[in-house]
Amino acid sequence: MIWLLVAAVLFWMATWVLNEWLSRQNFGSGLVQKAVNLVIPLMFGVAILVLWEGFTRGLDVPKVLLPPPTMIWQRILNSLPILWADFQQTFLKAVIAGYVLGCGSGFLVALLCDRSSFMKRGLLPLGNFVSALPIIGVAPIMVMWFGFDWQSKAAVVVIMTFFPMLVNTVQGLSAADLMQRDLMRTYASTWWQTLTKLRLPAAAPFIFNALKINSTLALIGAIVAEFFGTPIVGMGFRISTEVGRMNVDMVWAEIAVAALAGSAFYGLVALVERIVTFWHPSLRSGRT
Amino acid sequence: MNARGKTIPVLTVISVIVVIWYACVVWMNAPFEYDKAKRAGVEIGFSQLVSNTMSQDRPVLPAAHQIVEEMYNTIVLKNITSRRSLVYHGWITLSATLLGFIIGTFLGVVLAVGIVHNRAMDKSVMPWVIASQTIPILAIAPMIIVVLNAVGLSGLLPKALISTYLSFFPVVVGMVKGLRSPDEAQLDLMRTYSASSAQTFWKLRWPSSMPYLFTSLKIAIAISLVGAIVGELPTGAVAGLGARLLAGSYYGQTIQIWSALFTAAILAAVLVMIVGVAHSYVLKRMGQKPDGTAA
Amino acid sequence: MSQDVVSANDLSLTFETNDGPVHALSGVNLSVGKGEFVSFIGPSGCGKTTFLRVIADLEKPTSGEIRVNGVEPEEARKARAYGYVFQAASLYPWRTIERNVGLPLEIMGYSVAETQQRIARTLELVNLTGFEKKYPWQLSGGMQQRASIARALAFDADLLLMDEPFGALDEIVRDHLNEQLLQLWAKTSKTICFVTHSIPEAVYLSTKIVVMSPRPGRVSDVIKSTLPKQRPLEIRESAEFLKIAHRVREGLRAGHSYDE
Repeated sequence: MIWLLVAAVLFWMATWVLNEWLSRQNFGSGLVQKAVNLVIPLMFGVAILVLWEGFTRGLDVPKVLLPPPTMIWQRILNSLPILWADFQQTFLKAVIAGYVLGCGSGFLVALLCDRSSFMKRGLLPLGNFVSALPIIGVAPIMVMWFGFDWQSKAAVVVIMTFFPMLVNTVQGLSAADLMQRDLMRTYASTWWQTLTKLRLPAAAPFIFNALKINSTLALIGAIVAEFFGTPIVGMGFRISTEVGRMNVDMVWAEIAVAALAGSAFYGLVALVERIVTFWHPSLRSGRT
Repeated sequence: MNARGKTIPVLTVISVIVVIWYACVVWMNAPFEYDKAKRAGVEIGFSQLVSNTMSQDRPVLPAAHQIVEEMYNTIVLKNITSRRSLVYHGWITLSATLLGFIIGTFLGVVLAVGIVHNRAMDKSVMPWVIASQTIPILAIAPMIIVVLNAVGLSGLLPKALISTYLSFFPVVVGMVKGLRSPDEAQLDLMRTYSASSAQTFWKLRWPSSMPYLFTSLKIAIAISLVGAIVGELPTGAVAGLGARLLAGSYYGQTIQIWSALFTAAILAAVLVMIVGVAHSYVLKRMGQKPDGTAA
Repeated sequence: MSQDVVSANDLSLTFETNDGPVHALSGVNLSVGKGEFVSFIGPSGCGKTTFLRVIADLEKPTSGEIRVNGVEPEEARKARAYGYVFQAASLYPWRTIERNVGLPLEIMGYSVAETQQRIARTLELVNLTGFEKKYPWQLSGGMQQRASIARALAFDADLLLMDEPFGALDEIVRDHLNEQLLQLWAKTSKTICFVTHSIPEAVYLSTKIVVMSPRPGRVSDVIKSTLPKQRPLEIRESAEFLKIAHRVREGLRAGHSYDE
């Protein structure tokens, strides 16, 4: 046991020192620097995985408490069909449908608020209020109304993603400054022209902010909503039932899939953001 | 936007929502009434339908007054130590929320300070802080609760840990942004004074980060509450607002579900409001209005 | 005599603010003839920017009359009768320089071929040929402002309204741009209304200088310039120039512009 601790500490120190050294280097702004920037957090992560494996195996931690990473990997490989079915049910159906509907309606209502100052003054304070509430609590009600299947989960996702999208889009639509809007006025530009040529591009950073937040909210919402009732498939279902059976490695396998799906989804939105809002100062200079 | 222009539109929207709600109550609960009438072999008139739909035991959509009545019964009339009291359940959820929030805030601030002052931490830890949020902790709440129970940690702490995990992220992100918010000119000025890192921190970075901190705290406390509620689900729905939600769902007690939900919502609103008041107070003492302009 | 491009008759504009009414313009009588280069000079609060904005239909007067090209400012705006240049270049960071200059042309429905032509022509006028594909943040402040001027020229409005366009630039760049602006004016024969804080700039550029004073915003002097139309930068040291500048300064003093 003492050797294990010594080895762990030495290993940790070694990777930390290497990381420190890498962080202090400046490789310019080319491909090498980008690779190094990726290596540093990866090393940190790998170090944690190694320590995790070492401790769980070395200290003989009960598998039901915390399985070693290799065991989880084994379980993933053995359960691909189940994982895929769960992924389809939760992510492809509930999350995607809910995300598109929720963000889409949030955007449209924001445009409505833009046209009608009355609507804006009435809806926005309510929107801010509702976004602080535990919306996940409506899951049982949605199950009651839409049934056990993915539709009720999608409904929860719609509600969860609607408000951040509404609030951020409204904020974004007022991002174009007065001077730019006056300029449009001197061109006798219509509301639609001003919207598409000035205000929507200027609002893009805010809208993407909401889209990124919503990508994580959607996944969490769909999974947690499944805790309240779902047919015998789905990531949330799998997690809650396997926990009951103490198959913790299966739970971790499911988590790994969820984390991967969530990161990929977020990464995709971030990539689109980078392309569309290439002009924004935060993406240009890269100053810390 | 001043308050003057907002009250009437907000009240209008709320009234419209209430009207639509009651219309839906009649519409959605009507099928049950029609069925009941058909089985009893009687015709049901419209006014009778309306009053019936608003007083069903297990309505599809409860009317607002039914929810208020239930809340009044379980908050005011019930003994607060009773298992049926929403005050009892509310307190259970609240205590987990607050504990998790406090730990999460502390952790978040400490991590943020480390990230801003140490490049290795910035480059190795920050990406994982962001990645941590892609692990849907709410989704694995059941496992965490069960696992921690097996180790002997039960009751308050596991739920608080879930809240901690959820709340530390907005605090880290907000504080990092806030601690880095002073511009080059202000940092250069500190350098001309030969100020140490600690002095620069306490005199410049920390005060500049206050607006960002409070914005994050509002998000953090709301999400801590969500964490506490979800943390209550796995233990077989015993205590807390989340448990009440689940129990209501199992037994088809719609009014119970809605009243638990409303209580949770009120709790969230109150907590965020308290943070908001603290926000105004601190910023005013610093000579700033909360919207960023000078007092 | 050709019809005045701008004619204001007893024009007044009062803003209602939390601290009471602000008389931004009070009884202004003014006219701008075709082809003139008129500068408006005065301290903050004298109404020069407000007057420009009234011409542009960005503000509505509270009393009095104003005609642009013989019609109401709103009609003139809808007929796209003028180009406006703001204090800041205000180019869209998500568009290249050529797409920025083409913005009004897109809105007004010009054909693609015509748009290309006009963009090339106006960029040449402001000496920015070769920078079409660049983004605004890749250009210096002076170049951005030149692009902003090109944008205002793209659709051939005969009236150019410029609100302290060179205020944010350093003096050397400013001198250079002043020269270029005069050359541009000579080439295109537009009518220009130019708001400025700088006495030398006003005297150097204009055929007529309107001195304004604050509280309430009003005209304290209208000076017709005696300088020749061809003006090298060195003319700013001539006796004639200094005399006019002196008169401007007297007008400002008379309007209590130097008082606190």
